[in-house]
Amino acid sequence: MSYTRRSKEELAKRVAQDIFDGAYVNLGIGQPTLVANHIPAGREVILHSENGILGMGPAPAPGQEDYDLINAGKQPVTLLPGGAYFHHADSFAMMRGGHLDICVLGAFQVSASGDLANWSTGEPGSIPAVGGAMDLAIGAKQTWVMMDLLTKAGASKVVRQCTYPLTGIGCVKRIYTDLATLACSPDGLQVIDMVEGLTLAALQDIVGLPLSPAT
Amino acid sequence: MIDKISPSVADALRGIEDGATVLIGGFGTAGIPNELIDGLIEQGARELTVVNNNAGNGDHGLAALLKAGRVRKIICSFPRQADSHVFDGLYRSGQIQLELVPQGNLAERLRAAGAGIGAFFTPTGFGTELAINADGSPKETRIINGRPYVLEYPIHGDLALIKAERGDRWGNLTYRKAARNFGPVMATAARRTIASVFEVAELGTLEPESIVTPGIHVSAVVQIPRTATQAGGFKSAA
Repeated sequence: MSYTRRSKEELAKRVAQDIFDGAYVNLGIGQPTLVANHIPAGREVILHSENGILGMGPAPAPGQEDYDLINAGKQPVTLLPGGAYFHHADSFAMMRGGHLDICVLGAFQVSASGDLANWSTGEPGSIPAVGGAMDLAIGAKQTWVMMDLLTKAGASKVVRQCTYPLTGIGCVKRIYTDLATLACSPDGLQVIDMVEGLTLAALQDIVGLPLSPAT
Repeated sequence: MIDKISPSVADALRGIEDGATVLIGGFGTAGIPNELIDGLIEQGARELTVVNNNAGNGDHGLAALLKAGRVRKIICSFPRQADSHVFDGLYRSGQIQLELVPQGNLAERLRAAGAGIGAFFTPTGFGTELAINADGSPKETRIINGRPYVLEYPIHGDLALIKAERGDRWGNLTYRKAARNFGPVMATAARRTIASVFEVAELGTLEPESIVTPGIHVSAVVQIPRTATQAGGFKSAA
């Protein structure tokens, strides 16, 4: 059997395909920010940044950086026409109050029932930092995870039960990976799509958990 | 006559006591009141509890306050940064306490303090390590309409140091872009709020519809030389 993993850009494009016109979206730090570059033409999507921005635009041209206008990753961004600023309590009320349609987050592990672990590896001596991860995970109408399916050591990051410290319980709806797109449902994991050449049986072997085709 | 304009940073910061809880605005490079933090170092108060989203960058501002050994405890959501070496060193050697708080809980606990709320139930953090108290006991939880929540308490400040863009002698404030961040909510949560501004406006010239923090929440306004916020957030404008 031969198949090719989705590249980071291909994975970002796959996620972007599912973001609907008019959606209010928060893209997490790191890989999820790539999704912004792949929103299909003709769809107007409003990006939220936890530090008080709606209508966040792309990075400015070199030399045009304004360090009062940064994203959650502290990188300079721009504001689109129609964009707005607000303070932190309002920004997190937007997140926690269920006003965002979609958030896309990276993850260390996701469980079959949608538990998310993405803020700490729990390593002794490491300095913990959580930021807005717990608020986003439980606050958005839909929480999507975007990650490689396997760790560098080859273990599945989709697991029966997370062993890393939890970010939120039962909060993940979909898992977009370099090999397949999965849905977390009360009936277990469902496969929405797979890369060409991969079979359900082979994917099930890789994940080590029961999978069923999405209905 | 009400005149909250302070002639200098030193004047604005007079009388801060040891052991105070100090709310410090800012997120990343934006909205950090560096001139006020430098003034606090100069002023000399010790054993402080500092509330900020982060735990200092580089060797300036909040990092310098930590380095000077003035801070007993920090309450923040994201201490670990590429250049948070001052905090990292103090934390690893047990010289500073850390209360790690999800960022939305931090903002809402400050809001609750400013709004007179005794405590509130939030879904954030339920079932995680951050729903545990410092003494290891679990935080109070409740199921409301089928959804699990954690009880969180307000964070009251003795002092808030925030950075705004323009202010007037009544203490009304406007902000610039995402430098607004924690400023308005911290201003409401402290008994005494000091704001740095780049521009002092004549009373009546700030557009009433655009005032973000009404002067009732502000004790003193101090003008500082205009600088552009830059990467690192500390360099003067050309």
